Amino acid sequence: MTEVGRRSFPPVLLVALGGTVGTAARHMVGPSIPDLGRLPAGILTVNLVGCFLLGCLAETLSRRGDDTGRRRDARLLLGTGVIGGFTTYSALAVDTAALLRDDAVATAVLYAVGTVVLGAVAVAVGIAVGRRLPGPRQAS
Amino acid sequence: MSALVPVAVAVAGGVGSAGRYLVDQAVTARHSRRFPWGIVVVNLTGSFALGLVVGLAARHLSDDVALVVGVGLLGGYTTFSTATVDTVRLLSDRRHLTAGLHGLGVLAACVGLAALGLALTA
Repeated sequence: MTEVGRRSFPPVLLVALGGTVGTAARHMVGPSIPDLGRLPAGILTVNLVGCFLLGCLAETLSRRGDDTGRRRDARLLLGTGVIGGFTTYSALAVDTAALLRDDAVATAVLYAVGTVVLGAVAVAVGIAVGRRLPGPRQAS
Repeated sequence: MSALVPVAVAVAGGVGSAGRYLVDQAVTARHSRRFPWGIVVVNLTGSFALGLVVGLAARHLSDDVALVVGVGLLGGYTTFSTATVDTVRLLSDRRHLTAGLHGLGVLAACVGLAALGLALTA
């Protein structure tokens, strides 16, 4: 059923609002997790948790229907906004570059490649969990 | 006032996230949808920018400004979660080479750009 004439909240504002919350969460959680040696455990945790949550959200939303109306708003606010703001690629890149500059090559490669691989696993686990959550099995 | 700094970080994160959305929309409108160029461009530019900021921070920026711009604006602008979901989608479409380029190739490019940013300013 289409929602003709429904006035929706501007997408960019949904993203900005969610992004504020996600960034605040990252700023609080990240530094509270101590580094493992030179490995940035805080950013790693934040990124992996974010991947799990986004996989879960994407699956949950797609089970409920297409990317319109409230589902689209939820994707923009929670997915693009909160979770997108929560995770960060720039810190991953700069921390890896700094490790390389300091000749900690093994740590740099382990950290960067490990984040990408474990991140993909976290997304897959999130999708699997999303599939098993109670709710509609088919698009309504 | 340092009590305002966490608020500024969060708000900057909202602005950065909005910027990400707008850049993604603009890039996606102009390029093939077969490859998620939008977020790739966001992460490449954001990684370079943070390299510049971190390089500048030691001598030229206050801690508060570095936090707001680095953790807030650029942390909100770039995203690891969306990029990784994109990689997983490519994998599930059996586009394994493309997924590898998207996952590891973009990683290498972002690290390279971050290193360049650091080198230019440090």
